[in-house]
Amino acid sequence: MQNQTTQKSNVETILTVKGLMAKVADSDKQIIRGLDLTVNAGEVHAIMGPNGSGKSTFSKILAGHPDYEVTDGTVELEVNFRQKNLLEMLPEDRARNGVFLAYQYPVEIPGVSNAEFLRAAFNEICKHQGADEMDPLEFDDFLKLKLKFLGMSEAFITRAVNVDFSGGEKKRNEILQMAVLSPRLAILDETDSGLDVDSLRVVSDGVNKLRTKNNAVLLITHYQRILNHIIPDRVHVLYKGQIIKSGDKSLAIQIEEHGYDALIKEYQTSNATPASGSLHG
Amino acid sequence: MPETKDKPIISSKKTQLTSNDMQLTGREYKYGFVTDVEVEEFPKGLDEGIIRRLSAIKGEPEFVLEFRLKAFRHWQTMTEPKWAHVAYNAIGYQNLRYYSAPKKRGDGPKSLDEVDKEILDTFNRLGIPLTEQKRLTGVAVDAVFDSVSVGTTHQDVLKEHGVMFCSISEAIREHPELVKKYMGSVVPYKDNYFAALNSAVFTDGSFVYIPKGVRCPLELSTYFRINAAETGQFERTLIIADEGSHVSYLEGCTAPMRDENQLHAAVVELVALDNAEIKYSTVQNWYAGDKEGKGGIYNFVTKRGICTGHHSKISWTQVETGSAITWKYPSVILKGDYSTGEFYSVALTNNKMQADTGTKMIHIGRHTRSRIVSKGISADQSINSYRGQVKIMPSAEGARNHSQCDSLLVGNQCSANTFPYIEVKNKTATVEHEATTSKISSEQIFYLKSRGINEEGAISLLLNGFCKEVFKELPLEFSVEAVRLLEMKLEGSVG
Repeated sequence: MQNQTTQKSNVETILTVKGLMAKVADSDKQIIRGLDLTVNAGEVHAIMGPNGSGKSTFSKILAGHPDYEVTDGTVELEVNFRQKNLLEMLPEDRARNGVFLAYQYPVEIPGVSNAEFLRAAFNEICKHQGADEMDPLEFDDFLKLKLKFLGMSEAFITRAVNVDFSGGEKKRNEILQMAVLSPRLAILDETDSGLDVDSLRVVSDGVNKLRTKNNAVLLITHYQRILNHIIPDRVHVLYKGQIIKSGDKSLAIQIEEHGYDALIKEYQTSNATPASGSLHG
Repeated sequence: MPETKDKPIISSKKTQLTSNDMQLTGREYKYGFVTDVEVEEFPKGLDEGIIRRLSAIKGEPEFVLEFRLKAFRHWQTMTEPKWAHVAYNAIGYQNLRYYSAPKKRGDGPKSLDEVDKEILDTFNRLGIPLTEQKRLTGVAVDAVFDSVSVGTTHQDVLKEHGVMFCSISEAIREHPELVKKYMGSVVPYKDNYFAALNSAVFTDGSFVYIPKGVRCPLELSTYFRINAAETGQFERTLIIADEGSHVSYLEGCTAPMRDENQLHAAVVELVALDNAEIKYSTVQNWYAGDKEGKGGIYNFVTKRGICTGHHSKISWTQVETGSAITWKYPSVILKGDYSTGEFYSVALTNNKMQADTGTKMIHIGRHTRSRIVSKGISADQSINSYRGQVKIMPSAEGARNHSQCDSLLVGNQCSANTFPYIEVKNKTATVEHEATTSKISSEQIFYLKSRGINEEGAISLLLNGFCKEVFKELPLEFSVEAVRLLEMKLEGSVG
């Protein structure tokens, strides 16, 4: 892990994952097998890996999804300059403390307008921070600003959450939510999958616009394509629930050219008997 | 049973407050308490003698007794309907009491402030304060406790506008001509088994008459409380909106938690004359039985309105959250040309509740319109069925109907059914029917949680979304209450 923290000095660490082990709840199916990761403020980390490597599971665990059970390891989130145990927090508290998951498959909420839904979420966060809540009219104006900022249509205000949205619209709607809730740590779970070129650009531009010195992005992806638009500071390769290689953006290009197989083979031969946590960098 | 004839007409006793009643289902049903009050009640059983005595105790004119007896004789020739998608144990009609009322002291209360403290407290606990100082502003309330109306608030304001709002018993005595003209005109006593029974033994209920051209200045509301055990409640409500008048009426209902099932068989009749509008809203929260399906109210209700006049409108809005069995089809007969009928319904069933509810829209007049929006929510092992009929008669030139029936399933053991009956006898009519079934999924809940909204807020948002079209039809304060009621019922069922 040293490689990640030593790059910059005097930076805030937003997320610290140590020796994380997790399985599917109510089963013996181990998915995450000793994962270490440190994400600092201002950074974009890409987590890449073949299908079934545990990428999406990792993102869901960070959001507190009840389908998975953490069996070992720690996850800490920086909240007001203190490290808090993320695993002890309820999903809603994680969100209120700045964790945001952009879903691979956003869920439809019939009958509830985007404005109602986002205002409810926004006000929960306001409440948590002791700030005044917004009334519907105020919030509509706020939402319009965000839509303009992202170059999105005002039709998103009144439409029911994700109902009858195209794949691209759903992903854009996730970015809209991110813009409204302005999270500390945004986890984008395969946000690029199934996107056409135009949607990919809108989504990537949105994420880039929302990047600041104080927040961080965890970009989970199968393909290098999105990394041409959102330039990562670090790239990690996840395989069988472990990070088997980390590097800068050139690692992603290497994967694009040679595939995951080469990396996996390299990892398997050089670590015939791997000890968890000793491989990174 | 029928030792009624030679025994004293009325037996007097104190109902016992049983603490067991309170513990059965814990906090889930907060209206499950029993009021300890001295009552006058009939012995169990039903025969002509009981009906004559009921009529006598109420001081009714001959025509009402005749109506009751004809209904009773007809009822005896009928059999209980079996077509509804519900299953329940046979009802022992001879094992029920047909009259139970809080005992009057002396001549009885002159005003609401003189009503028994226990009864006022009961309504206070139910959130319906009746006394002058505390009564709800903007809403006139008629409070019915078991078989009798205990009083009606805001009489002065209503009188000023010529609005008659009183118990049906009082109306029979004070306005017999109106009662004679309209009672049974919308729901004839021969209509169905439960309507016939009600016509024979109805005890109390509300009466409303809005004079020509008057817009009723207050919301009118009746609150029904079943308290006594082993007593059927048979209320009868009659609302007449004269030409060009307008009224909004709301009824609420609760009952104590008891192990035995209780029968509630009401009849509601609405009459709208030319250009008149009646909006009738119900928030029904009768005790629904415990988790195992023990106890609860059998709710067999006949509600029907007739748009007699042209350009008249009748709108039913119901939020049905209680009762072990619900059998209820608020309907509109669209007789007047250009008249409109509406039915907005949210029916929630949980535990082992069974609901078979819907509407009938009978188009007779030209260019009549009807709209049906039905939202069924079923959870646990409950069964929730929508049954609706749209009938376009040959005379209904240019009639239109739109029906939308949505079902929401919570969990894997419940079921939802839709039984639409459509009959069109005029080629110029347009009839549309849409139906959907969906589920509240744990993924939806998690999605909302991951945006900072807690479980309660998530369920509330989802329910609100599902029921939005219906809730917006309710008076504002009641729509807030309705959402809360649904949330409370569904707590623990989702996930």
